[in-house]
Amino acid sequence: MADLRIDFAGIKAPNPFWLASAPPTDKAYNVERAFKAGWGGVVWKTLGEDPPVVNVSSRYGAIGYNGQRLMGMNNIELITDRPLHLNLDEIRTVKRNWPDRAVVVSLMVPCEEESWKRILPLVEATGADGIELNFGCPHGMSERGMGAAVGQVPDYVQMVTRWCKHYSRMPVIVKLTPNITDILKPAEAARRGGADAVSLINTITSITGVDLDNMVPEPAVDGLGTHGGYCGPAVKPIALRMVGEIARSLKGLPISGIGGISGWRDAAEFLALGAGSVQVCTAAMHYGFRIVEDMISGLSNWMDEKGYACIDDVTGRAVKNFVHWNDLNLAWKTIASIDPTACIGCGLCHIACEDTAHQAIKLQETGEKRIYEVIDDECVGCNLCSHVCPVSGCITMVPQATATHLTWKQHPNNPMRVAEPAQ
Amino acid sequence: MSATGDSVYNLGGGDIAASRVPVARLAECFADAHPLLSRDEAAIEAARCYFCYDAPCIAACPTSIDIPGFIRAIATDNLAGAGRKILEANILGGACARVCPTEILCEGACVRTAQQHKPVEIGALQRVATDAAMARAAASGQHPFTRAPSTGKRVAILGAGPAGLACAHELAKQGHAVAIFDAKPKPGGLNEYGIAAYKMADDFAAREVAFIISIGGIKIIPNQALGRELDLGTLRRDYDAVCLAIGQSGVKALAIPGEELQGVMDAVRFIENLRQSSDKSDVPVGRHVVVIGGGNTAIDAAVQAKRLGAEQVSLVYRRGREDMPATAVEQDWALVNGVDFRHWAAPVALEGQGAVQRIRFARTKLEDGRLVLGEDGYILRADMVLKAVGQSLEISEDEALPAIRAGRIVVNEDLQTSLPGVFAGGDCIPGQDLTVQAVADGKRAAQSINAYMKGELNG
Repeated sequence: MADLRIDFAGIKAPNPFWLASAPPTDKAYNVERAFKAGWGGVVWKTLGEDPPVVNVSSRYGAIGYNGQRLMGMNNIELITDRPLHLNLDEIRTVKRNWPDRAVVVSLMVPCEEESWKRILPLVEATGADGIELNFGCPHGMSERGMGAAVGQVPDYVQMVTRWCKHYSRMPVIVKLTPNITDILKPAEAARRGGADAVSLINTITSITGVDLDNMVPEPAVDGLGTHGGYCGPAVKPIALRMVGEIARSLKGLPISGIGGISGWRDAAEFLALGAGSVQVCTAAMHYGFRIVEDMISGLSNWMDEKGYACIDDVTGRAVKNFVHWNDLNLAWKTIASIDPTACIGCGLCHIACEDTAHQAIKLQETGEKRIYEVIDDECVGCNLCSHVCPVSGCITMVPQATATHLTWKQHPNNPMRVAEPAQ
Repeated sequence: MSATGDSVYNLGGGDIAASRVPVARLAECFADAHPLLSRDEAAIEAARCYFCYDAPCIAACPTSIDIPGFIRAIATDNLAGAGRKILEANILGGACARVCPTEILCEGACVRTAQQHKPVEIGALQRVATDAAMARAAASGQHPFTRAPSTGKRVAILGAGPAGLACAHELAKQGHAVAIFDAKPKPGGLNEYGIAAYKMADDFAAREVAFIISIGGIKIIPNQALGRELDLGTLRRDYDAVCLAIGQSGVKALAIPGEELQGVMDAVRFIENLRQSSDKSDVPVGRHVVVIGGGNTAIDAAVQAKRLGAEQVSLVYRRGREDMPATAVEQDWALVNGVDFRHWAAPVALEGQGAVQRIRFARTKLEDGRLVLGEDGYILRADMVLKAVGQSLEISEDEALPAIRAGRIVVNEDLQTSLPGVFAGGDCIPGQDLTVQAVADGKRAAQSINAYMKGELNG
């Protein structure tokens, strides 16, 4: 059995699955239920200064795809709307009841040293394992100079991180906003400020849809809409890239991966691209806390199958293979191959290639069963047909024997080439 | 005991009675067997469609409905677009959604059948779109298609069934004036008189006819039969073209002793009485019913007899299960309804005193590929025997009629008969006896008639 225990920036947990700072971690009732279900840790929903914020009614917008609900969700909820002392009391109790689980507290107070100096000892006194600085929330709080408004200015990130390290002994995780051009800039700033880890991504600025009957962006609040923070399965690719980017550039900085993680496989991918823990929200909000059972058993089984003994064996394993485009081998080639026995004759590969790619798939027989064939000479190996094919394993991309290795850096077409192609 | 017509029943011998089942139960038994999908059901089902290119389902539909196209429109909540796509190809799309044996047509060809033995429910989705289209037309008083300016041409169509209606609609769309003559008091053909009540519930058949003719330019004249009130020569003189869509209104006899006994009737008549009864409480049925035949008419008669309260319904077919013209889905439907199937037996005599009491069967077998009667057999108790051994073209022989071969009107590929200006389609010509095929024929005949009247038709 694989060992799923982690020590993430000094924070220990029985497994890498944490609930992200969000409505599911707003109070002891939910967090206790989560721990009973098996979650390895939580990041308590963001605390702020009293008086508490006020939340609106109608807080979530969502999009489905092809009959599936919640491919993506956005929210316009703010930080906790409960009094600070109530949260602190509950955090203390929960941590005492669940000493083996990670209890990290998310914080967001004004960008003033005094505010941070005031709240940090209160949090530390609860016995919480660490803090996460919410520099990502893209709505409501950012308009008050907090959340993403801080996260988008690397100097502020560095400054606040430094205050937190100065006024607290707790591990500090800086949560990064994706609403920025270069994710490395705030990550580097966090490291300069002394952050023990970063977590990402926070939600993406978004409008999920427009109510076309009333001409209001969703979610609508009394006839008006505002932008919210987007999350859920649809954002996973964006999050993966940002996590990978930090992992390959800022070696040694622990990363807690967040963004559309719905199952163990998503989690494994984040680990492979450099995460040491993962945080989940939308999937739990969709299906309840019980999803963690399959996450734990699925990850464990997969690790056993692959011979990975512990999470550290997985973390970062794919980072060295995440390169810049210029490092890809231009001489390498794959060609699509259609298994006629598996083919159900939908014709999607043909029309996708015919209309939008390279005219490399032709209908060969139109009798009882349609037979589509790849014209090898026309196929550029783009993968499109294999992605549109609804039958798993029907279209495979077959690597062709290639003697040479040639990147753009060496390519004759590149006026800036650095070397002759390798023979 | 009540009877809907002494000419049909002549009760007096066997145990035949109406109201064997309470009216409320009858209402359940004869309500829509496959109700309209809810919006969510439709969305989930529509999402299963792969939107195949050059889709096999389209090729399997005699009317070539753009099935992936209309399903995509349902998926995007564009019901108006979905309805229009269907009705452009098949103006009786609503009837076909209900009665098509989709398992041997579009759904049989669906790639999901190949992938997971569970096709997209195309028929049910088609009903979602066509019901919405008809409701929209009824509410707005606007037909989805507009007529071309009047051409001054007049066409007579014989038969207001699916073929005749499809032909009339297409011709009316082109601006021609159409008169449809039908032998029955009501239009609709088999949709009105011949479809099991639970397949096409309430007054759908009549509503669909009203919807079709609301395009304008179509007049329906009831109680007019060829060889009775009408003769082809006069019609050919009075109209620019004639289309025969008279179906197969004759019924085949068993040709065995005792066929005249009371309680022995054609399944077609039995179904017709059911269709025309408002609450089915006045439709008599035997306690022991034997249905002879293996097609959809036999299935419809047997299941409906059971649902009317018959205690025992046996369906006897002279060949094996796989030889039955009724599809596997139809057969399964009869089985779950408690119909007792008996294969490889043929009736040899009906017996009883005045009314039928029993029916004698000989076992059948194949010898050198030919069906022969064996020596042994069995006897089934029967208060009612429903004959469903096939229908036939019913036209009197003294007409100056087009050529007929093997019981069907001979047509060329333009559906033109041997007589100039006379076209034919539907069950009266060779081909599959399906509603959707009749619609395809009717539409094609209309295109040929249009070309003929413009002098553009070759041959």
